[in-house]
Amino acid sequence: MPSLAGLFFWMNRKFENINKITINKPLKLDCGKTVKNFPLAYETYGKLNENKDNAILVFHALTGDQFVTGTNPVTNKDGWWVTAVGPGKAIDTDKYFVICANVIGGCMGSLGPKDTNPENNQPYGLDFPVITIKDMVKAQESLLEHLGIKKLLCATGGSMGGMQLLQFCATFPDKAFSAVPIACSSSHSAQNIALNELARQAIMADPVWDNGKYVSKNVQPKNGLAVARMVGHISYLSEKGMQEKFGRKLQEKADYEFSFNADFQVESYLRHQGYAFVERFDANSILYITRAMDYFDLSKQFKGGLVEAFKNQNTKFLVISFSSDWLYTTKENKDIVIALNASGADVSYSEIVTDKGHDSFLLNEPEFLKTLKGFIDSMYEKFKNEKRI
Amino acid sequence: MKKEFKVIADLLPNNSRVLDVGCGDGSLMNFLKEEKNIEVRGLELNQENVQKCINKGLPVIQGNAETELHQFPNQSFDYVVLSQTLQAFYEPEKVLKNLLRIGKAVIVSIPNFGYWKVRVKLLFFGEMPVTKTLPNTWYNTPNLHMCTIKDLFNFCDEKNINIKKVVGVSEDKTSLIKKSNLEIKNLFSKLGIFLIG
Repeated sequence: MPSLAGLFFWMNRKFENINKITINKPLKLDCGKTVKNFPLAYETYGKLNENKDNAILVFHALTGDQFVTGTNPVTNKDGWWVTAVGPGKAIDTDKYFVICANVIGGCMGSLGPKDTNPENNQPYGLDFPVITIKDMVKAQESLLEHLGIKKLLCATGGSMGGMQLLQFCATFPDKAFSAVPIACSSSHSAQNIALNELARQAIMADPVWDNGKYVSKNVQPKNGLAVARMVGHISYLSEKGMQEKFGRKLQEKADYEFSFNADFQVESYLRHQGYAFVERFDANSILYITRAMDYFDLSKQFKGGLVEAFKNQNTKFLVISFSSDWLYTTKENKDIVIALNASGADVSYSEIVTDKGHDSFLLNEPEFLKTLKGFIDSMYEKFKNEKRI
Repeated sequence: MKKEFKVIADLLPNNSRVLDVGCGDGSLMNFLKEEKNIEVRGLELNQENVQKCINKGLPVIQGNAETELHQFPNQSFDYVVLSQTLQAFYEPEKVLKNLLRIGKAVIVSIPNFGYWKVRVKLLFFGEMPVTKTLPNTWYNTPNLHMCTIKDLFNFCDEKNINIKKVVGVSEDKTSLIKKSNLEIKNLFSKLGIFLIG
């Protein structure tokens, strides 16, 4: 295994080949600070057609990045939504032009806490401004401008991607012809905040973290970050799904070891996921992005609440939830549907029955993928007709 | 039943806003959209049907009309349509009141248990009737509260629900039903379509 310093060097080298734009326009953040001349990394798949009516914007989740499908050039692993996006897939890149940007606050090329602070030429660390979902979305709107796309055929995203999407629709009501928020919420619940706090405290309890100053020492608080990831992984599965996948099965052994090694498969799984994660993600980014999620409360931004947020929407929505998702429950997703309905928006809703929990949107769930495909394809026909008229 | 669609479409003005409760695979929604340029929304319980509607580009919400009508605001639709499902609810009265709250008017169609073939089956054979409009047997029927056109007529009277129009559908004929011809129409109509509210 390469040393962490070597790893960072390797990652930085790969980063040179990432598509980026520099956003010159100053972006006033919700926290009051302003950033300007900052990088936004993105990736596109498929081709934008002549009429520019086949563009689909994908918003990624907490630990995602712009590499939606194909092979992620930094990790050499499959893109995070390879099940849904690609040639012939539900979001067919032979037909549609798919765009995804790394969120600001992230660590895959967009402005984030591991970047250099121009004020002191040191890595930002905790001097990085606290960002919100709205800040992320505003930055990505600049990318659409850069790509010359006036109106998207569709915008979609699951989990935090869905929250960005709701924010995007509320802030820019005419930018998307259709929208598919998946397994998300219009505001973070107490349980969501508690789980994020657990992840943050795990990172902060790691002495290597050192108040976020680890970056200049070329190290990473990997123990804390791994635990943070483990918390996440538990919340992405369901009780039933986990029991079916692991049960009490032992990890390559016939009996208990009477030690604290990973006896159980579920322990081994969590350790593997946790420590694989530290190789591709920055601990401070987790702090900043989880904070952005916690601060997300769309109804708080509008007097009159969520119904007001979706007023004057021409966007056609399809909200999708998963029956066993306890992180962003069917009820939370339905509340979005109710608000959209009350505001008179065009909204469809489907609850996919599955044991796979919150993770379902990333997995090969045939009913989910069929519904997604059916919606996007029918929207494309409508959008083309509307443009013609 | 295409005839039923035609009657419902004739009751609806062009360009109105309609909620189809229990919209199935969206056939009626599609028909209304194409015939009368009606802005339709559907509510449907069955996953497969929901998917069919979505594939057709029809807005549909997956949910149970018995428990989830509360999500639609008061008077948010010009019309609410309930096609041949009233009898399948646990509490049809509650559902009907909800529909009247959501729509400025409501169209309800029911398979008529007073239809002569149904009566004959029960009276002379002593068996629960199985017909085209009532295709299930007693043990697998979803219908919990069968009623006749006359029953629904009386129900509306009792509950002070304004009946605007009632249309009876027999083989391929439709006819207006009034208090004066109720007895005879209740015998010869397979289906009753009520415009109320």
